[in-house]
Amino acid sequence: MKKRMLSTALILALAASCLSACGNAGSSGKGETLTVLNYGKYIDEDALKEFEKETGITVKYEEYESPEEMYTKYKAGSIDYDVICSSEYMVEKLIKEGEVLSLDYEAMDNYKNLDPDILALSEAYDKDHTYSVPYFYGTLGLLYNKNEISEETASSWDCLWDPTYEDEVIMENSVRDTFAPALISLGYSLNDTDESHLKEALKILKKQKEDKIVYGYYVDETADAMIGEEAKIALCYSGEAALAMDENENLAYSIPKEGSNLWIDSWFVPRSCTNQTNALKFLNFLCRDEIARKNFEYVEYSSPITAVNENQDEEMKNNAAINPDKDAVKRCEIYTSLSDDEASIYTKLWQELLAQ
Amino acid sequence: MSKFKQQFLSGPYLIWIIGFILLPMAMIIYYAFTGSDGTPTLQYIAAIADETNRKALGLSLWLGVICTVICLVLAYPLAMILSNMHIKNQSFVVFIFMLPMWMNFMLRILAWKLLLSKNGVINSVLTGMGLSRINIINTPAAVVLGMVYDFFPFMLLPIYNALTRIREDWIEAAADLGAGKITIFFKIILPLSLSGIISGIVMVFVPSLTSFAISQVLGGGHVLLIGNVIEQDFMQGMQWNAGSGLSFVLMIFVIASMALVNSFDKEGEGTVIC
Amino acid sequence: MLKKCASRIYLFLMFAFLYLPILVLIVLSFNDSRSKVKWGGFTFKWYTGCFQDEKIMAAFVTTLQITFLSAIISTLIGTLAAIGIAAMKRKGQAIFLGATNIPLLNADIVTGISMMLLFVKFMDLGFVTVLIAHITFSIPYVILNVLPRLKQANISTYEAALDLGASPLYAFYKVTWPEIRPGVLSGFMMAVTMSLDDFSITYFTKGAGVNTLSTMLYTELRKGIKPELYALSTILFFAVLLLLLIGNVRPAKRSSERFDK
Repeated sequence: MKKRMLSTALILALAASCLSACGNAGSSGKGETLTVLNYGKYIDEDALKEFEKETGITVKYEEYESPEEMYTKYKAGSIDYDVICSSEYMVEKLIKEGEVLSLDYEAMDNYKNLDPDILALSEAYDKDHTYSVPYFYGTLGLLYNKNEISEETASSWDCLWDPTYEDEVIMENSVRDTFAPALISLGYSLNDTDESHLKEALKILKKQKEDKIVYGYYVDETADAMIGEEAKIALCYSGEAALAMDENENLAYSIPKEGSNLWIDSWFVPRSCTNQTNALKFLNFLCRDEIARKNFEYVEYSSPITAVNENQDEEMKNNAAINPDKDAVKRCEIYTSLSDDEASIYTKLWQELLAQ
Repeated sequence: MSKFKQQFLSGPYLIWIIGFILLPMAMIIYYAFTGSDGTPTLQYIAAIADETNRKALGLSLWLGVICTVICLVLAYPLAMILSNMHIKNQSFVVFIFMLPMWMNFMLRILAWKLLLSKNGVINSVLTGMGLSRINIINTPAAVVLGMVYDFFPFMLLPIYNALTRIREDWIEAAADLGAGKITIFFKIILPLSLSGIISGIVMVFVPSLTSFAISQVLGGGHVLLIGNVIEQDFMQGMQWNAGSGLSFVLMIFVIASMALVNSFDKEGEGTVIC
Repeated sequence: MLKKCASRIYLFLMFAFLYLPILVLIVLSFNDSRSKVKWGGFTFKWYTGCFQDEKIMAAFVTTLQITFLSAIISTLIGTLAAIGIAAMKRKGQAIFLGATNIPLLNADIVTGISMMLLFVKFMDLGFVTVLIAHITFSIPYVILNVLPRLKQANISTYEAALDLGASPLYAFYKVTWPEIRPGVLSGFMMAVTMSLDDFSITYFTKGAGVNTLSTMLYTELRKGIKPELYALSTILFFAVLLLLLIGNVRPAKRSSERFDK
């Protein structure tokens, strides 16, 4: 009987603690909120806190891994996102679908901080600069271990298909980024949507998997695995590479000579936004010099905010992962958006690859 | 309170059943049998025959069976040893073997990721002893290992419970009548613990057949199970109809396999679980 | 003797299989180096880091809220339902128990998706949708624990109490309740266990910014491993150990009731 009393008391105590916790949650839930959807590991959380403190707006922050996942989350319509950050081809797709609200740049006094060169590049997906604010840009390339792989080898995508590197290559767990090197190796554009060309690319990727070259298909885990030297080569975004290089000096980054992808991630305000003023406040906050620098130091992708790039030390300036040289950028292409049919072909081929 | 009135106490539950059990089932069936434009179609059910889906389902069934068999083989002797222990703190010892179950499922997977990765704990111990490394992370073997570790208690407990219910005088009686140890095992212990084995098989097979998180974390994109295909259809591909179709097929598979397992249950009490 | 020795060895091996992974987590939680395999000295920094990490703490609080709210509500609904079902005729019982079996039989992923499809149509995904989902899959466990107790309970004592002039509520409290209380408690404990451990259903029904430990860990694990998570594992392990030790010394028996026919 005593034991029973004890367990009952325990349960009651737990229940009481839980209810009090709920009480707290309930009271802090009042006031304005802003629902933000962003890539994983893509903002310094202190910056979010600072924004909350400054404006009194509570940020509900949600992360995703791939642009396709973002599109699905948004389209499901079950959560009213106020502001979203994504890759240029998804932004373009959503603009085309009429899902993006035009921005009132007048309300953003920090908009002038943006580098005009990058704004010019962003015309590829947002023709008249009406819908989006660039957040970071970078390239897709190879992160490799200098002790194992020569600079020469890493200057071409061919090393990805070389059976010598059995179990030593990490690919991206993201459809277009994994197809891009295969398409480029075949001499096609990474925006090629011809189904037969895509199937050729799939063949290369399947062979790569068959030859057991691929260690894993990762996204945000890549840096961690490369720092731990679990693999020799990784298909990787530049900023992820820069972070890994900070932790392990044996690592280096290259943009292969055949060309690669240049991407720009931008913020936009989707139609589901319930409070545009707050959304703009948030975007304006992100364009502020100190905040942009803070985020830059956290994610280490190239920032479109001019001031961030001015005060870098020499080592950073010469780091190809952070500041790609002009020639390399010229070799790169920006992704264009896919129609629904094209996207579903990609999805099908992708699943075929993974199921193999 | 009359019996008639007493029945009304299940009113809230009735509402709950309709709203949150039957209605969602209806939704999944609706999506599974209609196209994205709302017209009826069977294409999403038939899609299970596509090469990708067939392979994924085949692999899921295969890994599910392996995982269940390993769990059974490991758990049965353990349950027998535990149930034969005549010490004061028997329940405490059993409790020790159940404890990992209460630790978060994801943290248990995290532990295996640490152990198995290429430069992980197991491999550094192996190389430290001058042995060659094992490369099992990002392979089906790693996924099976993770599943076995995660679902093992669900096999152990029902078997242990069934075994403790076997009365010792039955075994003694059999021995007095001249039965050998092997005969006793096959004629008494095994048949009487069958219901526990069956509960265990169901409780391990269903989650291992349908899991997607373990294969995602320990499979590194190399192990695509039917659960992963469904998850991708919903979370990345925006293909709700296709995902619902596969879910429906999966549901049929689960029910069919449980009916199959249950047909071995001679007691045949009708309920499948618990 | 040989047999005894063999069984001791087997016990030990299984114990090692179950606890070595956890031991590794515990050891690494005190390791000053980020490396998985090199010992960099003793530290508590991952523990302070763990408590300061808002993501981890928020997920922890959400998990507790969801678990206890869903366990309390499902115990309430489930117990009432069991009392109602016990009074039904065979046919009614069969229908109710059939529906109760659906969430038990279904794969988690299917239950999660079916609820997501419903929620997306009629409400916003968030804390409440996760709570509803957890209540839904917990109720059957409560019913299955309470119903057998009700069937064992002697109806004539309850009726005798009524005949002697007790009000139905008083008769229930004095006569029926003591008999079903163990079932209600074990139902509650199982609801807690199932809710704490759930991942799939939460994953599909959660909204922006709502994370339980399981879903938070899933996103974190795919980003690489933070040492703070080792500290979290260690804390959780010892918390569970402690709770179960002081809560009841017969935990195996009690939790085992879920598997009973």
